[in-house]
Amino acid sequence: MNKEQCYTKAQLTWLMMLRLFIGWHFMYEGMVKIMNPKWTSMPYLLDSKGFASSFFIGLTQDANMVDMINLANEWALLLIGLGLTLGCLYRLSSVGGMILLAMYTLSHPSFIGAEYMMPFEGSYLWIDKNLVELAALGLLCVFPTSQIFGFDRMLGKVCPILHKLKLI
Amino acid sequence: MAEDVNKTPAQEQQPDKGRRDALKTLATVPVLGALAYGVYQKRKDALRGRNISDVFQVSGDNASYLEPVKDGKQIRLGMIGFGIRGKDLMRAAGFAEPSWIDKVIEFHKQNKKDTNYEQYMLQDDLNVVVNGVCDIFDKYAEAAQLAASNINREGSNGKFGGAVPKRYRTYQELLAADDIDAVIIATPDHWHSTMAIEAARAGKHVYVEKPLSWTVPETYMVRQAVKESGIVFQLGHQGRQTDCYQKAEEIIGKGLLGKVNLIEVCTNRNSPNGAWVYDIIEGASPDTIDWKQFEGNPDRVKEYMDYMTKNGLERYIGPEERDKFSLERFFRWRCWWDYSTGLSGDLLTHEYDAVNQIMHVGIPHSATSSGGVYFFKDGRTVPDVLQTVFEWPDKDLSMLYSATLASARGRGKVFMGHDASMEVSNMLAITVDPDSTRYADKISQGIIPTDTPFYTYVPGQNSTDSVTSPTELYFAKRGLLYTYVNGRRYDTSHLHIREWLECIRQGKTPSCNIDRAFEEAMTAHMGTRAYLEGRTMYWDKDKEEIVRGEKA
Repeated sequence: MNKEQCYTKAQLTWLMMLRLFIGWHFMYEGMVKIMNPKWTSMPYLLDSKGFASSFFIGLTQDANMVDMINLANEWALLLIGLGLTLGCLYRLSSVGGMILLAMYTLSHPSFIGAEYMMPFEGSYLWIDKNLVELAALGLLCVFPTSQIFGFDRMLGKVCPILHKLKLI
Repeated sequence: MAEDVNKTPAQEQQPDKGRRDALKTLATVPVLGALAYGVYQKRKDALRGRNISDVFQVSGDNASYLEPVKDGKQIRLGMIGFGIRGKDLMRAAGFAEPSWIDKVIEFHKQNKKDTNYEQYMLQDDLNVVVNGVCDIFDKYAEAAQLAASNINREGSNGKFGGAVPKRYRTYQELLAADDIDAVIIATPDHWHSTMAIEAARAGKHVYVEKPLSWTVPETYMVRQAVKESGIVFQLGHQGRQTDCYQKAEEIIGKGLLGKVNLIEVCTNRNSPNGAWVYDIIEGASPDTIDWKQFEGNPDRVKEYMDYMTKNGLERYIGPEERDKFSLERFFRWRCWWDYSTGLSGDLLTHEYDAVNQIMHVGIPHSATSSGGVYFFKDGRTVPDVLQTVFEWPDKDLSMLYSATLASARGRGKVFMGHDASMEVSNMLAITVDPDSTRYADKISQGIIPTDTPFYTYVPGQNSTDSVTSPTELYFAKRGLLYTYVNGRRYDTSHLHIREWLECIRQGKTPSCNIDRAFEEAMTAHMGTRAYLEGRTMYWDKDKEEIVRGEKA
């Protein structure tokens, strides 16, 4: 059975929309940071609140560590965005995106009483947009489309092990 | 949901399958083109919208400091006064009390953001040794000896590898020592000039806490002594080392604020400690404190008493007898004119010196003051609320100093120009005036906002000639970028002492030299006298004298 045949046109359309929107969002976030040489995650990490804050603040105590985190975050965002958009190593990208979003949520949870320097643009209680995007990525992961539209269509044929490793 | 792609024989046979496969594989690639186009447009727009280099250009230079020479000779220090500020300065020179090290280690354990310990351990070794200490309170003197031997910056369980310096009972004995090249003086105000004069005459280089002097007559004497001796002198306005003051000087020098006619500087404190109600240290008694020395130099005391009595200011003397031992007066000496220079000498001088550094204003033409003891009615004679207005008619400039020790509402140091105003703290924030001439075009084009700062300078960040983004401003305002940029922050007192030591080694003149110190002291005296006498004080430039105005 072909996956294409599992989805109705409407289902496929909205799954693709969601995938491309999230992909776009990640790519642009990554690009903005990469193109700004002054960008650093330092203030964001220092502003961490909640039970994991000491971990995130602890990361800032070593300049090399911060450089590494900056680099990893910038490129992870861009590559995850590319992976989602192009349908390339789709599952790996989705799970990677979920991990990143989980980190953001852990460092800046929308707990009662937590106030941040950079105000969010909306009002949140426990569930914020990071968590919504995380859930959407989880959804995309279990309703994959990259073998219908995307590089994984070819990758899967050339390299079947990727299926086994559940990377696509 | 099927996980694997099962190909049917029918599909395999389709002639255009390869083409369709390729199309489906690459179907989303055009999205990348759209993104690239969008990013290109956005950047073009951002550059066009924010570039202000035709009207506003500042150099990308970072602040410059006198760099230490390699293999410079070791300087042998003597430390006079080991109270609150003395401890700070010794630490800045590289010698911390073990108990302070314990404290910052504990702070770091409790709060990872507190990096004082790490920063302190990274502080440069200034290649100095402390060979003598002097304090008239035994406990402080012993603490100074211990700190001086703590050459490896260890906590209480350390081994303290350094030699324990000699304790001198009097500063005169310390100044007579052959194994001391330079002294740091951090005593109460009424001793500053006397000690600086004698140190200069003994050929010792001097770093003395601000203000330079307690009485007006001694201000001339200390200037003369320092100049005649040729020693290297630094007054303790560590604000001189503040990174962004150099940038502020550049910005005003280039006329980017337009004509500056008014400067507002403030002191905003609201705690007993901020109002000089310091702790009384355990163990202090007539047996452990040499009160006779605390009273002061008889000649200076006479100058003070003469001024007060001749001008009908007896109510500001005392109220206790000078020779009566008092723990309050010993530890909280800043509260009484008998030892102190009040808000003018203690805090106005920092603000004035910053303005003098940035705009080279010199001694003002006039000073008018008002204020009173309005909150801390604890028997003090110095005011806790003070306003002093200084005028420089030749520069079309007025400076308002406004201080309260009973409200911490933040009021900044603001330079107000026709085209823009600049708020100076650890960073600079420039807000353009809605009626500016220089920036009129940019304002009408909507490029420069007038309701928020359009340019910020944050030390350690490369400045750009473009409008600050809201995010940058947001973080900068909270000081985060300043504190943590490059992962390292220098203590200004450390830099100020370093500059002094390097000037000794390299035969140069420090930034807060005796001429700047003289200007600082006379300006403070004018403000103080204006307050005490209730009339405007004028500066006679030619005679170098403070002249009284008519009584208001």
